[in-house]
Amino acid sequence: MRSLNRLALAAAFAAAGAAPLAAQSEIRLTGAGATFPYPIYSKWVLEYTKSRPQIEINYASIGSGGGIRQFTDRTVEFGATDGPMNDSQITAVRGNVLHIPTVLGAVVPIYVVPGVTQQLNFTPEVLAGIFLGQITNWNDSRIAAANPGVSLPNRDILVVHRSDGSGTTYIWTDYLSKVSPDWQRRVGKGTAVNWPVGLGGQGNPGVASTVQRTPGSIGYVELVYALQNRIAFGKVRNRSGAFVEASLASTTAAAASATFEPDTDFRVSITDAPGADAYPVASFTWLLIAKRMSNAGNARALLEWIWWAVHDGQRFTTPLGYAPLPRPVVQLIEARLKTVTVGSRPVLAADYTGRSR
Amino acid sequence: MTAGTPALPRASALRPPAAERWRELRIVSRGDRVYRVALTFLALLLPLLLFFIVGELVAGAWPALKRFGFGFLTSSTWDPVAGQFGALPLIFGTLYSSLVAMVIAVPLALGAAIFLTEFAPRWMRTPVGTLIELLAGVPSVIYGLWGMFVLIPLLRDVLWPVLRPALSWLPFFEGAFYGPSVLAGGTILAIMCLPYITAVSREVLAAVPASQREAALGLGATRWEAVWTVILPYGRTGIFGAIILGLGRALGETMAVTMLIGNRHELSLSLVQPGYTIAAAVANEFAEAASSLHLSALVLAGLVLFLITVAVNACARWLIWRVARGSAVGSAAI
Repeated sequence: MRSLNRLALAAAFAAAGAAPLAAQSEIRLTGAGATFPYPIYSKWVLEYTKSRPQIEINYASIGSGGGIRQFTDRTVEFGATDGPMNDSQITAVRGNVLHIPTVLGAVVPIYVVPGVTQQLNFTPEVLAGIFLGQITNWNDSRIAAANPGVSLPNRDILVVHRSDGSGTTYIWTDYLSKVSPDWQRRVGKGTAVNWPVGLGGQGNPGVASTVQRTPGSIGYVELVYALQNRIAFGKVRNRSGAFVEASLASTTAAAASATFEPDTDFRVSITDAPGADAYPVASFTWLLIAKRMSNAGNARALLEWIWWAVHDGQRFTTPLGYAPLPRPVVQLIEARLKTVTVGSRPVLAADYTGRSR
Repeated sequence: MTAGTPALPRASALRPPAAERWRELRIVSRGDRVYRVALTFLALLLPLLLFFIVGELVAGAWPALKRFGFGFLTSSTWDPVAGQFGALPLIFGTLYSSLVAMVIAVPLALGAAIFLTEFAPRWMRTPVGTLIELLAGVPSVIYGLWGMFVLIPLLRDVLWPVLRPALSWLPFFEGAFYGPSVLAGGTILAIMCLPYITAVSREVLAAVPASQREAALGLGATRWEAVWTVILPYGRTGIFGAIILGLGRALGETMAVTMLIGNRHELSLSLVQPGYTIAAAVANEFAEAASSLHLSALVLAGLVLFLITVAVNACARWLIWRVARGSAVGSAAI
């Protein structure tokens, strides 16, 4: 069985296009998955391996769906996804998976309404209504009620959504499913859904450029993208009734206000979080690793890298536009990482703090 | 040979040595045999590749095929969350956008080809022809960007306000025009097909023998009549082939189309409404397809696209065979 595993591992290396297994001191880790966290993951790889030349980490940003598939096929040591694996996918790996949150992302509504220069407020009902095609004009009383003092034009609303499957769509539809039973029933959540109205733009740039060039349109993009490209976006009312502007701080606040079981597997959605200053359309992005690993050297290297990423590595998040993990979540992750085993023995010692090296 | 009576018996005796020499030749040229085997292998490799692709497509599409069967072609619901997949809007969109492209591209390309071979001054032919062919070298993502930033605003803000009062009663121009649409996608496809159709048609027209032209002119035809009644009919097979080549390009184009067509799973005759094509849907949804059924449905859509392309080509060949029967200038172009 062990030699079989090793064979599979060797095949994984060959599949990753790596050179034949090198000397024992050299460790190669391969991962694949979500495109959203790719900039921060490659930054982490760069910074971490700078001082540890014996370790090589390759991450291919092929999309969350691809990440889950490759992880399931065990062709990579770790996967990455913007939406957690569902129950049938977990059954496919016989439960041998941990979801480790690494950073947070948020999704914001962007719009171009002629004659409106103020930042618009959106209630959950308005967002769901617009994306369901029930609110079709900007002068709808439900929009006006949330925006006192703003004169809204009599103009049709054009909805722009992502045409490519995307973690951004997952977060957006997950949020709409939570706040609108109608959406939950008619559309549901996923990386691609059956949109009731609107047209599809490819990627964040496709949505943003269509919205910006089409008066009367509304779409959604990642917070990072909106910030980097200085695109104005609306506030969204959270569960405690406050209109919150998305920012890295309000995104982290969403994760901080979410409740986790002590033995959580982090497959939790933090959209519509209860905190007073929490931005409601936020989500973790996850790394997928096996609970029971087979190669002790690789397992240790992978866990130490993730440990470093959720501790020291978090200081790289803000400059790149990602919201860092809140402290209580990091503590939960620590406990979780220590449960990983090779041959039923834990890889990280119970008193591991990341400082031993 | 001239007067050699002794040569005669020897001539009859030549037979065995000749055969021997032939055999000798065959034995000596082992290199030839290797060469022949290698070439056979290479020639068979490509059809083999095709079989592998079809095999892989069918295997990948099998779960969706088993689940939806013929309904995949007739249903218009595409709901990855509920696991319901029907490709009718995709199939329709693929054919419709390509048709729009052909309607725009064929007159333009034929006009350009006729002008370049029959009417243009000699110094103009090569530079203009080369520039048109250069269009083929532009990457499709560049066409997509150009379409987003130039073509769509042009269609929406300049052309549409003028045409709308005249055309909006037609079912082809129904509804609000936001920009990304079948019209925008079809127009960009037309521009992308243009160089292929023009280049091949130009070769075909240039290959029409001068005697045909001279005969027509000699009978008193004007130059226009000569083109229309003699030269074009003479080269029709080749021109038809050129159009099919362009159509093949339009059916399979992905990037530029997905950036401009609006990507909506909807059946609509209106050119100003968004649509979708098979190639665009596969490219869009493949990377993030989480469920295996979704993935399989995308592969099945790819298989359908493959079959459409094969059917179009088969139809074209049949038509050419019917139209041509012998009078084929440039039928080699296909």
